[in-house]
Amino acid sequence: MSLQHIEQPVTINAREGRTGLGADFPRLANRTVVRILSRYGILIGFLAIWQVSSSAGWVNAAVLPPIDTIVTALWNGLAGGTLLGDIAISLQRAGLAFAAAVAVAIPLGLFMGQVRAVETALDPILQVFRQTSALALYPVFILLLGLGEASKVFVIFWATLFPLLLNTISGVKQVDPKLLEMARVYGATRLTAFRRVVFPGAVPSIFVGLRLSATTALLLLIASEMIGANKGIGFQVMNAQYNFQIPLMFAAIVILAGLGLIANQGLVSLQRRLCRWSNPLD
Amino acid sequence: MATTSGGEVTIRDLSKSFTLGGRPLAVLRTLNLDIRSGECLVIVGASGSGKTTLLRILAGLEAADSGGVAIDGKPVHGVGAERAVIFQEPRLLPWLTVLGNVAFGLEVRGVPKAEAEDKARFYTALVGLAEFSDAYPRQLSGGMAQRVGIARALTVQPEILLLDEPLGALDAMTKIGMQEELARIWSEENVTMVMVTHDLEEAIYLADRVLILPREKGGPARLVNVELPRPRDRSESRFVRYREELLREFGLH
Repeated sequence: MSLQHIEQPVTINAREGRTGLGADFPRLANRTVVRILSRYGILIGFLAIWQVSSSAGWVNAAVLPPIDTIVTALWNGLAGGTLLGDIAISLQRAGLAFAAAVAVAIPLGLFMGQVRAVETALDPILQVFRQTSALALYPVFILLLGLGEASKVFVIFWATLFPLLLNTISGVKQVDPKLLEMARVYGATRLTAFRRVVFPGAVPSIFVGLRLSATTALLLLIASEMIGANKGIGFQVMNAQYNFQIPLMFAAIVILAGLGLIANQGLVSLQRRLCRWSNPLD
Repeated sequence: MATTSGGEVTIRDLSKSFTLGGRPLAVLRTLNLDIRSGECLVIVGASGSGKTTLLRILAGLEAADSGGVAIDGKPVHGVGAERAVIFQEPRLLPWLTVLGNVAFGLEVRGVPKAEAEDKARFYTALVGLAEFSDAYPRQLSGGMAQRVGIARALTVQPEILLLDEPLGALDAMTKIGMQEELARIWSEENVTMVMVTHDLEEAIYLADRVLILPREKGGPARLVNVELPRPRDRSESRFVRYREELLREFGLH
């Protein structure tokens, strides 16, 4: 799993000293172009080189089709509805597993982070589970749950559970005991202290876990759909390759990348809204 | 001058020791003291003399080994609504605004949000931060953050305000300003103030009486009455003489 998905890109806003309009306008427009280029220039260049080398025949266009062919395949798949069904079933699998992981990991993590004895007792087994690749366990889940939806959802759930659980626990443990003592001085009960101090303090760390888990969910989704599925984006990637529909294969890969970006962006903006206090760009 | 009815502290035969490296280390030995209602008592002493421990016992955050503390005749067990503590660090909740932090103590006690915020607004203004009500703690300087902590303590309108080196982390200039602020708040708010500090000048500037905890184990604690008119002038000769007297107590002069 690569960190690029998780770390949000840092943009440094060049602050204009004076932002008078009129004569400055062309310069401002220029700056916007420069800003876009400095941020997306390499991506645009990469796509341009791909397009040119494929359509000029420098690389085998059957293996790396030109961008416009991929876009056309993507459009046809979406407009024709074939890919829509795949997206729906994939979202259902990943969404169900992710929701289940959230429902289990956050309450459990909040509890474990607070009660030392529980954390001490559960930590070794958690570490073992976490270090055991979910992909290696997938055959086990298939044996137990069959080759249908249950094993697919469960393997995604399994893999997404741990990043979220461990980050929730560490979020709770990182809450400054001095703040808890302060709350105690004002007569806060354990429940009030949890509600007013522990939980809000753990939220940023929970979001780190959510973003890691969302990335993991998509990763495991594809892996699970490559085995014993007849629908889904992961299936479509494999299937299109078997049938040598290479543009369609790339279209499915583009959709995957898009889903990852959307999920991450959604979580980032939710975090921005909920954790305005910790956002230094505010 | 404060003329309250409550806020009288009685300390009787108070002892407390810690285990340090396997050996018990007595920090407070059979301390007896009456703190008058509305008084400003400042506790000084070398590090390890138990001044912070004494304050934490008064706050109800630690229990004494023997002896005890009573407030207005009632023995102290744990924290209580008639006391508020100001710590060395502001201890603000970073996700609440200044106003939210000031209102925190009342809200924890179940006061309705609107009423808590009304009171919080008054005390935020009292410490001079009205225009920063909506700011978050990370946007504040150290002195401002500490003032928020002070306002939060005042908002619950305690009879006794316990301050544990509240200005210890501030720079010299901010500190002097804050000492004046504390003197003003104390005279306006009818509150018994017990403060721990290692700054002798601060002690003389604020205290009705200074309690000097013994440096050597087992020596007697000493009380010094500071009989100077308020507001006090740090450069006045009598002020300087009190400073010399305290320094002598520490064997430094």
